Amino acid sequence: MNVVPVPSSLDYRSFDLLAEAVDQIGAERCLLDGRRLRWVDPVGMIGLLGVGRVLTERTGDPPSLQLPASGEVLSYLARMGFFQAAEGILAVEGGDRKRGTGSSDVLLEVTPITENHDVHAVVERVQGRAGTILSRTLHYPHSAVVQFSVILAEVCQNILEHADAPGWVSAQTYNWSRRLGRQVLVIGVGDLGRGFRGSLMSEHAGRFGDRWGDATALEAAFIHGLTRFPDQGRGQGIQQIRKQVRRWDGMISIRSGTARIADVPEWEDHPPLEEGLAPFPGSLITILLPERALEEEGAA
Amino acid sequence: MSPDGNQLDAFAVDVHAILERSVANLHSHLVTRPTGRAVRFAIERQLEEMKGPVLSLVDLKSVAILDFSCADEVVAKLLLRDTDTGDASSIPVTYFVFQGLREHHLEPIESVLERRSLMAVAQRHGGIFELLGTGSPEERSVWLLVEERGRIPSEEVTRLFPESAARDILMRLLARRVIFRHPLRGDLLALSALVQEMG
Repeated sequence: MNVVPVPSSLDYRSFDLLAEAVDQIGAERCLLDGRRLRWVDPVGMIGLLGVGRVLTERTGDPPSLQLPASGEVLSYLARMGFFQAAEGILAVEGGDRKRGTGSSDVLLEVTPITENHDVHAVVERVQGRAGTILSRTLHYPHSAVVQFSVILAEVCQNILEHADAPGWVSAQTYNWSRRLGRQVLVIGVGDLGRGFRGSLMSEHAGRFGDRWGDATALEAAFIHGLTRFPDQGRGQGIQQIRKQVRRWDGMISIRSGTARIADVPEWEDHPPLEEGLAPFPGSLITILLPERALEEEGAA
Repeated sequence: MSPDGNQLDAFAVDVHAILERSVANLHSHLVTRPTGRAVRFAIERQLEEMKGPVLSLVDLKSVAILDFSCADEVVAKLLLRDTDTGDASSIPVTYFVFQGLREHHLEPIESVLERRSLMAVAQRHGGIFELLGTGSPEERSVWLLVEERGRIPSEEVTRLFPESAARDILMRLLARRVIFRHPLRGDLLALSALVQEMG
């Protein structure tokens, strides 16, 4: 049996380590060793579910997940609805697994997106919770809940419209006291669909010639707003999300295939484009929205 | 009631009501492209039953959240379909006024109008009419003059717009259906005046 160690801190950056490890193994049964997991965010949870699906397809059986030793992490995973989302994807082993019941401190549990109705349900579900968190925790104006809902709706639609496969979304706030000295809202959205390269290939690959690949496909969609649809009105979603995230001094990154592209604010140390990452199907979107600094509030 | 006797049909569309009728599960937010498409189809079905020209009042006041995909379907594509004669044979000539607009509706609507180089007449929640979209300063200036006057009798048009450039702009605004010309008298009417006259 292959054993894949889950990084002790699992987020959009350390997910690459997990993807690399998964890329190395063959078709034998696999154990995901999560015992050392101390911290995980929505992107990490969705990445772990993605890994589960990939390994299930590769080996024919859901991989085992050895649960974290930390009771706090276990409880958190339960509150975030991770175990419910993992049913049929990961064979969970050990640990005192508690069922999540939609605790009030959770912004958006790990939620499957498989059809149009799911997007509406997500937007409906976050209305009350997001309003409170955005205004009280992140000190955004009250109207921000509308823009936040639009971001969620657009980013979830990306799964349905472009991936041609189901996916997940989740969101939560964290106190990044050491890294940033502020609260940060993290949104994770992922799918195991055709990815950006696959989605754009038939319409746009020809004009890029030999340069066509995951990075050029991401640039085409992220920077230039290209989609596979000839309709001129398509492709606005990502552009509008980028615009709003920039206004909030946030970060958005999309990992697809072997590349990742990002709009990076000054406070984050991250390259805008990475290539040669371990291959992973579909796409994984990270959005980070930081608490407004006091001077911004004073200026507003 | 129609101005000067049955020259214009009118109907009002409460988008929230259509949203509830047209889309299963009573969605209260105008999000996702399939939802926007369903609402647009419902409006178009109503239009197909009318004889033109039609003044259509699309009321968004009860729509709490409007995303860009829905703005594209419910605003931009309605306007596009109406001006694309090849695609709109069953739909009468329609003048749209988007009503009940709040601050958070503006960005998605402005964005889709700009992307498709369209103009639209909107009425803010407070009642003010404005021209949204890609109008040039000159086009906005001509539209505003008609808007302020409400109705310009045909015999005054040349006096008010003595230069051919201004009259060309007027023709463009008429073609884009952000101003109405009475088919018999030739008077120019702001869409706001039509809304008031239609009661």
